[in-house]
Amino acid sequence: MSEEKNKNTSNEQQLSLDDGRRVKVLSPGMMVFKRFIRNKLAIVGICVLIFMFVFSFVGGIVSPYRQDQVFYKNDFANKEYASAVINNEYRFTSATGTPLSTMVRATFNSKVKNASEESVSFTADGNTYIATKLDDDFYTISSGQDLATIALLGKMTDIKPIGDAEIGKDLKDAATEAIRENAASFELDGVEYSITKGAAKSYTLGALAETGLASKLSFDAHDNAYTKLIADYEFRKEAETAMHAEADSFTAGGVEYILDTDGENSAVIYEKGRDEAIASVSNVIVSPVNSDVFLPIEYKDAAAEAIANRETSFTYVNADGEEETHTITMRGNNYIISTMQKTLLIDMYAYPSFAHPLGTDDHGMDVLTRLMYGGRISLMVGFVVMILENIIGIIIGGISGYFGGWTDTLLMRFVDLFNSIPYYPMMIIAGAIMDSLEVDPYKRIFLLMAIMGIMGWTGVARVVRGQILSLREQDFMVATEATGIRVSRRIFIHLVPNVMPLLIVQATMGLGGIILTEATLSFLGLGIKYPLASWGSIINAASQIYVMTNFWFIWIPAGLLIVLTVLGFNFVGDGLRDAFDPKMKR
Amino acid sequence: MWKFIVRRVALAAVIVFLGSFIIYGVMRAMPTSFVEAMARQRAAASATTGGPTYKEWLDQLNAAYHLDQGVFLGFISWFGSVITGDFGDSWKYGVPVIQKFSEVIWYSVVLNIISLVLEVVICIPLGIQAARRQYSGFDYGIMVFAMLCISLPTFFLATVLKYIFAVHLGWFDLYGIVGRYHEQLSSTGKMLDMVNHMFLPVLTLAMLHIGGLTRYTRTNMLEVLNADYIRTARAKGLSERVVINRHAFRNTLIPLVSYMSYLIPSLFSGSMITETLYQIPGIGYISYDAMVAGDLPFTMFYSVFLLILTQISLMVADIMYAVVDPRVRIN
Repeated sequence: MSEEKNKNTSNEQQLSLDDGRRVKVLSPGMMVFKRFIRNKLAIVGICVLIFMFVFSFVGGIVSPYRQDQVFYKNDFANKEYASAVINNEYRFTSATGTPLSTMVRATFNSKVKNASEESVSFTADGNTYIATKLDDDFYTISSGQDLATIALLGKMTDIKPIGDAEIGKDLKDAATEAIRENAASFELDGVEYSITKGAAKSYTLGALAETGLASKLSFDAHDNAYTKLIADYEFRKEAETAMHAEADSFTAGGVEYILDTDGENSAVIYEKGRDEAIASVSNVIVSPVNSDVFLPIEYKDAAAEAIANRETSFTYVNADGEEETHTITMRGNNYIISTMQKTLLIDMYAYPSFAHPLGTDDHGMDVLTRLMYGGRISLMVGFVVMILENIIGIIIGGISGYFGGWTDTLLMRFVDLFNSIPYYPMMIIAGAIMDSLEVDPYKRIFLLMAIMGIMGWTGVARVVRGQILSLREQDFMVATEATGIRVSRRIFIHLVPNVMPLLIVQATMGLGGIILTEATLSFLGLGIKYPLASWGSIINAASQIYVMTNFWFIWIPAGLLIVLTVLGFNFVGDGLRDAFDPKMKR
Repeated sequence: MWKFIVRRVALAAVIVFLGSFIIYGVMRAMPTSFVEAMARQRAAASATTGGPTYKEWLDQLNAAYHLDQGVFLGFISWFGSVITGDFGDSWKYGVPVIQKFSEVIWYSVVLNIISLVLEVVICIPLGIQAARRQYSGFDYGIMVFAMLCISLPTFFLATVLKYIFAVHLGWFDLYGIVGRYHEQLSSTGKMLDMVNHMFLPVLTLAMLHIGGLTRYTRTNMLEVLNADYIRTARAKGLSERVVINRHAFRNTLIPLVSYMSYLIPSLFSGSMITETLYQIPGIGYISYDAMVAGDLPFTMFYSVFLLILTQISLMVADIMYAVVDPRVRIN
């Protein structure tokens, strides 16, 4: 005010009394504007607000990221890569081409487990089988065809052939001898025969044919071309026999193979005269943890060798020629092989960098971009709630003030009632209800705005009513009545615009408060929800002490933005009040 | 005067009744997961002895809390027991609401009183000085500071204070009203421990309210300083000190005192956000937890408590206004 006065007096010194320029008339709006821009704090506030709007609404468009874009990074982590186990189960190779039936395998397993004899006979699928032990954990399985039943009567042997089988004298003697020696099988003229004990001194004689092999070693072909070879019965039998005999070569199918033994139970097989390995033999089974990983045979060999030598780590050159170090740990009966692997991780709490000026948050999202989109929501909630409050407030306050009497009393008691309902408890209950009903985050914003509007209109209604109570007694209202303007026009066209300056001031100052309320609710987790962001919900991350102490860049910028925005609205509101009503200037 | 007070009290009673009905209605919209959980628990406990099943327990509990009736009838039943002073047992805390309330209210009151005293001690001198030197750099500084305090979100201020004083300087604990070794301390030590834990909450509360009170003091002081009797006092040749302290300040006190008397009931209402942030077990934090958990009896009690406090505040303001300013006609 004093500045204005000074300026006027300095002007007057230069102008004469009758000068036409002396009386410079400004429109009321212009006067307000001039007074407003002279207020330094208000200008600061306007600048801050312009920055906030540009930041939020333009920034979101300019930003190269989406608000819910998650960023990943590659990192090396020690992860389980493969598991290995020392094979304790028999593996079967069939001699006939048809695999041994499940029944045979199961019976074999159960019979062999506790047997100490060299050969064990058992029945499965109606056939008699004889398992002959060639070495530890290495059996041949032969199946028999019943030829005759033998009954032993003292020193007499009574043989009854089954079907049209012919039993010669030699065979009869050999069978009798075998029974007396309690053997399960015997050999005669290159053919094996089995003897199965039945009820009370009666035996069944059968002819035997080798049907399969059982062993605990596993064969891995080095090349797909050899898969058929390693399933070949003769090859398997000869190879394993050679291994158990600790020989270094064997012959199968007329070809001589070299056995490069490596430790007790593992070996690599080469064809004689060729360098290329055909198969690896081992009692260790190595399988990848993830089914989409293919383990090359070299890797399996390296792992099996390390396990056989009881080493805790081994190095392996992978397909790219890089050397990988793998560590072996025991877990139960399994060996777990782990290695440092390149893994794709969510880039959480990344420190500020060129790509992310304010780092990333706990979801791996860019904080700066979240702040921009969060600003949109915070500002939009502020404006929508403010408009909603004003619409309700103007209607109720206008009607109440214009009509007066019992309408006024009733509506004002209604205002009193709404005004006395505790604000924060109500908002918190509403937030908790929306939580338990699992309202969709997008719908939640609208609900939140509606509730805030409904809870906050009473102030506006009081101001409008108070102003209209005095305005309606003025002459221009008598004029509207005389010209017969209808009531709704009288209230909303003639009375309410007169209250507008005051409402604008109040609304501007109230905006700051609404933004604060929304931020507080979002901070408490009862307002805006993930994946949407508001400034308050971004600071919510700081309620974890770990984030608060270590990652200032996540929550401090959001807090500063809130403070600056609210400060801006308050400065502008103050400035507007002073500009509209200079007498009120404090 | 008496007629006015009686009418005002009657109006307040109606508002408390209707207000609590609205809150009850909203609370009933919350899924009653608590009652279901309790019924499940009790059914499991009595299953071995062949006691009531889950369904029977649920019906019993619903009947006990009037949840089987409609919102209006349920409210009437609830209000009926409240009239006799029985607010029921808190669902979350498992003790009578009144008992829990009387355990925790004093934390809130002490917290609020200390911060109110702090505010008065800081704000009134600041406001008066700012008014005396209107438009000076000092005045602008104070006004910007006051505005900054108004614009600070509670949670951000509290987090920043914790970050500085608790995390970096390590002077205070982050949470709670007592430290880890509270039980081993002597009675003086216990006092000091609590004072230590009250420090940051008090600072937060005071900072939040400093802005408003400073501006209020400055506004009223300016009004008084522009009055004719101040000019007269100066014209008489009184020293500036006497003019400010005797003539101006005393007149500024009138609106300040009526503002304070308006604040007194709110000392009991607790400060929900601040207490929650520092986990001070005052009425604010306890009620916040109860509300979020959907604890109907406690939430209803706290809401009614706040409604009554607000009405008392308004009545005190109305009456004080009439007492302080005889020009106000009562009716």
